[in-house]
Amino acid sequence: MCRIGAIKSTVPVKPKLALKLMLPQQEGHDSSGFAMVMQDLYGVFADSKEKPLLSMACTARGVQRINEYMDRHGFVQLAQWVPDVVHDQALALQAMPRYVFRTYEYPEIYQYRSQKAREDLLLDTRLALRALLAEEDDGYVYSFWPDVLTLKEIGDPAAIATYFRLWDDDCRLVAKNIVVQCRQNTNYAIVRYAAHPFFLQGYTLCANGENTFFTKNREFQIPLHRGYMGFESDSQTLLYSLHYVLHERQWPIQYFKHIITPLPYEEIQHKNDAPLLMLLRETLANLEINGPNTLIGMLPDGTMINCCDAKKLRPIVIGKTPSCVVISSEVCGINAVIPQRDVGTDIYPTERELITITNDLEITRWKQ
Amino acid sequence: MEAINTQDIATNDLAWKIEYIPERCTLCGSCVAACTFAAIAFVRVDLPHKKTKLLIRQEPSLAHCCVGCGVCEKLCPSQAIRPIANPHSRQHLLTSCSGPARRGGRSNLQRQRTVDALLVGRISQMTDPSLDAERHTFDIKAPLGRILSPDKLPLQRIGDTLTITGKTPPVRWIYPLLFSDMSIGALSTHAWEAIALAVAYLNEVCHIPVRMSSGEGGMPMKLITSDKLKYMILQIASGHFGWDRIIRTIPHMPCDPAGILIKIGQGAKPGDGGLLPESKVEHHIQHIRGVPKTTLHSPPNHQGLYSIEEAVQKMHLSLHAAFGFRVPVAIKCAASSTSVAVYNNLLRDPYNICGGFFLDGVQGGTGAANTVSLDHTGHPIASTLRDCYRAAVAQGLQGQIPLWVGGGIGMTGQAAADAFKLICLGANGVFIGKLLIQLLGCVGNEYGRCNQCSTGQCPTGICTQDYRLMMRLDIDKGAEAIVNYVLTFDSELRKLMAPVGNSSLPVGRADALISTDAAIAKQLGIQYAC
Repeated sequence: MCRIGAIKSTVPVKPKLALKLMLPQQEGHDSSGFAMVMQDLYGVFADSKEKPLLSMACTARGVQRINEYMDRHGFVQLAQWVPDVVHDQALALQAMPRYVFRTYEYPEIYQYRSQKAREDLLLDTRLALRALLAEEDDGYVYSFWPDVLTLKEIGDPAAIATYFRLWDDDCRLVAKNIVVQCRQNTNYAIVRYAAHPFFLQGYTLCANGENTFFTKNREFQIPLHRGYMGFESDSQTLLYSLHYVLHERQWPIQYFKHIITPLPYEEIQHKNDAPLLMLLRETLANLEINGPNTLIGMLPDGTMINCCDAKKLRPIVIGKTPSCVVISSEVCGINAVIPQRDVGTDIYPTERELITITNDLEITRWKQ
Repeated sequence: MEAINTQDIATNDLAWKIEYIPERCTLCGSCVAACTFAAIAFVRVDLPHKKTKLLIRQEPSLAHCCVGCGVCEKLCPSQAIRPIANPHSRQHLLTSCSGPARRGGRSNLQRQRTVDALLVGRISQMTDPSLDAERHTFDIKAPLGRILSPDKLPLQRIGDTLTITGKTPPVRWIYPLLFSDMSIGALSTHAWEAIALAVAYLNEVCHIPVRMSSGEGGMPMKLITSDKLKYMILQIASGHFGWDRIIRTIPHMPCDPAGILIKIGQGAKPGDGGLLPESKVEHHIQHIRGVPKTTLHSPPNHQGLYSIEEAVQKMHLSLHAAFGFRVPVAIKCAASSTSVAVYNNLLRDPYNICGGFFLDGVQGGTGAANTVSLDHTGHPIASTLRDCYRAAVAQGLQGQIPLWVGGGIGMTGQAAADAFKLICLGANGVFIGKLLIQLLGCVGNEYGRCNQCSTGQCPTGICTQDYRLMMRLDIDKGAEAIVNYVLTFDSELRKLMAPVGNSSLPVGRADALISTDAAIAKQLGIQYAC
């Protein structure tokens, strides 16, 4: 089973805090991997926050092919972070030969184009790079977006952290938002793309659960958007639903909750907006999730969200201090990160709640 | 040598033989009096020494053949008489010499069922929890009505809320088990009333929103002008029987009906049209339908409709308009190799006006049809349904026109299992007909038993308009049997949803199914298991 977590802080924090959050929950996962998305970056990428940042893991040939593609399409490389990895055979991980974390300048013509055109360019470029690397199994592209960095690897999370020197105090990766998950093993094959958090056009999502309506979700989503692809994990559909509701339809966030876990028909009838809720339920019945799930999402503006399945079959808890909010599958993780907090203020969201946490750490509990 | 005419009929030529044990018979006469087909009679037999004995004998006659209904056995106080199927029967052959044979019931040849080769094989174990069928809540409803794609919804964002700014097609959320269209006429008024009574009880006492289709034959005025109309789906078929009165009553309806169902074809006899023999067109049927006493044929096609576009524009639009665009209008077709083409056309129609596609499979029942149609025409439902669903998926239109399927649902007695499997293949809900009358007491089956629905001599009082026979059916007990069955259905449906971890209907969730038949697995696109 996955364990998921997130840290949202008013001051930039290092990945080792995320590891500190996840390692106490080790009994709940199988230490088969580590994955995180960092947003609102400082440190090495502090000066290029507006520029798209490419996160990928690949072979040497893969790097060469990516370079050729980016050159050919007018992207100019800016900052780069090359992890000073620890070569130790004893470390339990399956490392890729190269890790690329680079920011690029947009192609010149895109300097004058709209935000939407740029967003489309970044998505299409990521998909093209992914296809390029897949041709000869040369690696994986996780995200290509301004101010967002993704790191994923197979193996023991502690060993992965050692390999990338994430434990070091002088680690140059820092961010105000980190969404993290510790498990690479899916129910099926071990595939790097199956590891959440997943990312699409500014939206990040990770989930702990089994989406038993995966087939329905997937079949409905494929024709909706070219970015809805892969589907290596049944949780990916949750990211695509989030993206569809907020980005494609431009609907307010609470309707995401209404759509993935609709209210029972009988309860809808007692709501003031019953006609609308029925309309959404019947139109988007194929985006409903069923089965145990709890999810953590991060929006382009840095807002974090959390909600659960309609029967609250998977755990989640939220703890806070004046300077940070921590979300975790298990409270032991929060105890490790912010032991000094007032545990009386911890939030255990219910199956009907949608939690939003803004950049100034204001927590809203919206009830369905 | 004794002279004999080879054309004479013997009881061994008939499909059913009467096994009679004179030693047990008390000669009470109940069996003879109850046999609606006059298949048995008293005979006085000469014995030696000028003695005679009274016995009961089967008539060696095609006109008065035993149909195996077993009423005699049911009534006999001493188990002295019963019908037995005769494997040496020449009856099919002999009856064909006097014109096309007709009967009711289901196909007697197409008994193999695809759903029986399917298992609910994706059970939640360890990776995710099963639900508890007794303690968890389940949300079991299905749509009837045209559902729009999300980009066509008339919504406007105002601040942090959405507002509906325009009209959308009417959609009813009803129970995924629908009582199918059996008309007053095909059914006795007692049988029809028992089913309608069960529907009202299920809705108002059990709170299970089951809906019933009227069948093509009109509705009693008392029902049309009552608030129970909201539980009824009015059917219009090619004969338009009863619609003159329905149309005239629209201004007096206290509420809208649940829906309108346009019947194009019927799975049991595709392309054969409707048929109500004169023997069943009694006075009250003439009154409801507005017809004289004559055999009533509904043509196999709707006169005046020459293309599917016309069907959409003329029938759907005019029926929508008649009820102020507040009532969903759906269409029922016999399953066919062309079903996908029909469904595609309906999905792509620019008016978004078809509120449901009802597919009726070859194993559906009927009140009267040509035997050749019953046994040799039609299409299995499972692959037709799956093909339609996948055609919609390929276009991103799944769920927009709800798929309802029927034909043989509950043939084994377990309708919930059939419904669940078909829902996983893409159906939104299922409809049942034959099963309902079997619950009322119909003894007909797909092994040639009875099936005399077309004769007006139904021994159970279900498919007849003969008042003496109708009195055999206790309306309240019949309704009670249907209600109890639906409650069991509901409970069993939960017991199938719970193991796969679903609290709402898994429409199109074919990954929940496996098949032990490789060819079926391949055709339906599900996992093969052995």
